[in-house]
Amino acid sequence: MELQVDKLCVARGGLAVLRDVSFSVKPGQALVLRGPNGIGKTTLLRTLAGLQPALSGQVSLAFDDMAYAAHVDGIKTTLTVKENLLFWSHVFGTKTIDPAVEAFALADLLDKPAGLLSAGQKRRLGLARLMVTGRAVWILDEPTVSLDQTAVALFGRVIEGHLAGGGLAILATHIDLGLSNALSLELGAYRAVSSLQDDFDEAFL
Amino acid sequence: MIALLARDLRLAVRAGGGFGLGLSFFLIVIVLIPFGVGPETGLLGRIAPGVLWVAALLACLLSLDRMFALDFEDGSLDLLVTSPLPLEGIITVKAVAHWLTTGLPLVAAAPVFALLMNLPGHGYFALVLSLLIGTPALSVIGAFGAALTVGIKRGGLLLSLLVLPLYVPTLIFGAEVARRGAESQPYTSPLLLLAGISFAALALLPMASAAVLRVNLR
Repeated sequence: MELQVDKLCVARGGLAVLRDVSFSVKPGQALVLRGPNGIGKTTLLRTLAGLQPALSGQVSLAFDDMAYAAHVDGIKTTLTVKENLLFWSHVFGTKTIDPAVEAFALADLLDKPAGLLSAGQKRRLGLARLMVTGRAVWILDEPTVSLDQTAVALFGRVIEGHLAGGGLAILATHIDLGLSNALSLELGAYRAVSSLQDDFDEAFL
Repeated sequence: MIALLARDLRLAVRAGGGFGLGLSFFLIVIVLIPFGVGPETGLLGRIAPGVLWVAALLACLLSLDRMFALDFEDGSLDLLVTSPLPLEGIITVKAVAHWLTTGLPLVAAAPVFALLMNLPGHGYFALVLSLLIGTPALSVIGAFGAALTVGIKRGGLLLSLLVLPLYVPTLIFGAEVARRGAESQPYTSPLLLLAGISFAALALLPMASAAVLRVNLR
């Protein structure tokens, strides 16, 4: 269940942004991506999640093992917290939402429409979805945005729990989550010397 | 899949979901037509099949841009694409949900609106039948247009321009069935062609929609 990424090249808008990114993450480990804004953290994460094709390179695990959480949470504001979570648990074919509700302290909010939640509460609901997917590799793009310190600590413990259960996590974050078993990858070293792709037509699609 | 259908239907009937919007629009257009062409019942009865079909088509168009745009904006489209559901299935389910919330109410309400248009009495069955068989094609073709324009800000207008020409075959055969029904002529062959369009759209277009959606999400 080890995730190996070999010489991955990713592109944004038809231009390569990162070249020859290689790393491996073992079960129980987290990888923190670092680098300045615009270096391609989100692009790399979207490529790993299967939302866009890589230019070249290999990823050892299938997209079916990845659970992706982006800047936006994918919450339907007119549904209640419970309906939101139950929907994802049905889609991913998992049995229960109780552990997720407990881990993110959502029990008191279950019957509230998601539109009435604060930004931090919405974020917690969005992250609770990860637990509902039952997938092994968590791909997290700036997961701590709009979380307060207590919630950040809470989220740190949830990730620790996921890793302890043999899961993996790849995250782009600027905040230290206090993870004990975290590797760090500085993306600055992989910046692509930009040139137009060979497949010129693709750039216009 | 069922969960997605249930969610989309639930979203449609909750506040701001737009359920009933198409139906109200249909009603308003049909009420406006007699004001425009004058109260001549014979003329109204003659143009009724065509007018009802054009109005149904426009009503369908009204809610199309919400099909993927809302999910795209709040990020759930990305999450659905990475879920175990096949993208073609997601698109088919969304088109079905659109038909259930827009097309089916139009079919059910068509006899009442046909009364407003003074449709001859023996034309009702053919009109309802043609709408029942034709409106699924409108939803599926619309899903393709919505997938094409999903990333574009205010893509609704572009969507209409793209989709309306694609609606022409459905309109021609649908209105032809309704017209022949109203004039007590046999309408089997246009009805079969209409059904052919619906089934072909349902079988082929979800694949095309999935392909353009993948490109749009990059």
